[in-house]
Order: sequence, then structure tokens, then C-alpha cells
Amino acid sequence: MAETKAPAQRPLSPHLQIYRPMLTMMMSIVHRITGAALYFGTLIVAWWLLAAAAGQNAYGVFEGFATSWVGRVVLFGYTWALLHHMLGGIRHFVWDLGYGFGPEEREWLVRANLVGSIALTVLLWLCFAMFGMR
Amino acid sequence: MTMRTPLARVRGFGSARSGTEHFWRQRLTAIANALLTLGGVILMISLTGRTYPGVRQILGSPLIAVLMLLFVLSITVHMKIGMQVIIEDYVHEEKQKLTLLVLNTFYAVAIGLACAYAILKLSFGV
Repeated sequence: MAETKAPAQRPLSPHLQIYRPMLTMMMSIVHRITGAALYFGTLIVAWWLLAAAAGQNAYGVFEGFATSWVGRVVLFGYTWALLHHMLGGIRHFVWDLGYGFGPEEREWLVRANLVGSIALTVLLWLCFAMFGMR
Repeated sequence: MTMRTPLARVRGFGSARSGTEHFWRQRLTAIANALLTLGGVILMISLTGRTYPGVRQILGSPLIAVLMLLFVLSITVHMKIGMQVIIEDYVHEEKQKLTLLVLNTFYAVAIGLACAYAILKLSFGV
């Protein structure tokens, strides 16, 4: 059981205030943030599926959102978050297997993660644009 | 032979002595998610530009429906575990923490069930 009275105010060593931000640190918290964003973004997936199951009218409402200016921005962000979180997951999996801990390796992994997610998102949306023209 | 006093054992501080299951489940669903997301992306591309009847037919086809059900199951478990870790990391006030943990589980289950319902409805064509 946690204590119910106020915990003693003891000094903490500074961390965020003094540590120079490095790409590895940033990517770590971004991995968590994209995960949280995807958590709430699942509502959009659920909306899409329920609208498709409900009928033409409901699906039309969803399509209206998805093709609107705001909708496209949201979906673009969602796909980037998804691809970034996925590549981050692969990065963590590489570490789980015991590889990639060296100083150059881990820098390479984070850079590949970021570059990869941006490149894949752009590629994906180019595909959407192409296939949407049919 | 443990050297802890009886009081120390009752208080139960120290390591939780469990967590492997969550660790493994997170990795397992992560692998499934990666594979199924790949499929999902291909599905999304093939659905672009189609009219509603076409979308409905594709989403209702057996292979797609089963893959999507697997996808929903995997991401639901994965996101529930992930958000649980976030809550446990940042929320320490007991009442707030317990409330959020309960809401997290409810959200994950509700979203999962809603998606599964939609997929089945599309499949059975009702």
C-alpha cells in the first residue's frame, strides 16, 4: 500500500535540466509518444470499421472526414506514427536479441528509424495518391 | 534460507517478482503487429479509390476478415500493456493510478470488441 500522507520532500539529482539532448534520448521518448498517439488513434480504425459495417450513409460520413483537409492531416500523422513506432519496435527487437548496443550502431539504428519512417510515410501516401486516381 | 524478517516479508517491498509474461506478450504482439501492419498497409492501398460496395466486399471476404480479427486482437493487447506501463511510470497517486488502470483495460477491451463486431458484421453480411 502506498503511503497516504505527503511523501517527504527530498532533493532529486537534476536530469532533464543538465543532460544534453541526444538523438537516442529523443527517439526513446518519441517511441513512447507515438505509442500513446496510436493508442488513441485506434478510435479512428474502430470508427472506419463500424461505419463500413453500418452502411452507405455512415461510411459516407467517414469518407467525408477522411478526404477533408483536417482528416488527411490526422491520417498522415497517424500513418507516420504507426510506421515510426513499428520501426522503433524493430529497433528494440534488435536490442532484445543482443545486437546494436555499440556507440556507432545505436546511432545508426535511431537514424535509420527516423529516416525510414519519414521515407516510408511519404512512399505510402504517394501510393495512396496514385491508387486514388483510378 | 531467507534472512528477511517476517515483517519485511509481509510488507512485500522490493522486486515484483513477475513481469516476464508482460515482457513476452509485448514482444509477441509486436511481431504480430509488424507482420499484420504490413498486410494492413497493402489492404489500405488496394482499398483506395474504391466505392463503398467494393470496400464492403473486400472487408467481408474470409481471408481479409480473419487477418483483420487477428490484427485487432494483437494491437488491443499490445496497446493495453503499453499504456499500462506509461500509467505506472508517471502516475503515483494511488486513487488516480487505479482509476486510470481500470479505464485503460476497459478502453482496450471496448475498442477490440467494437472492431471485432464490425468485422464479423461485414463478414456475415447482415
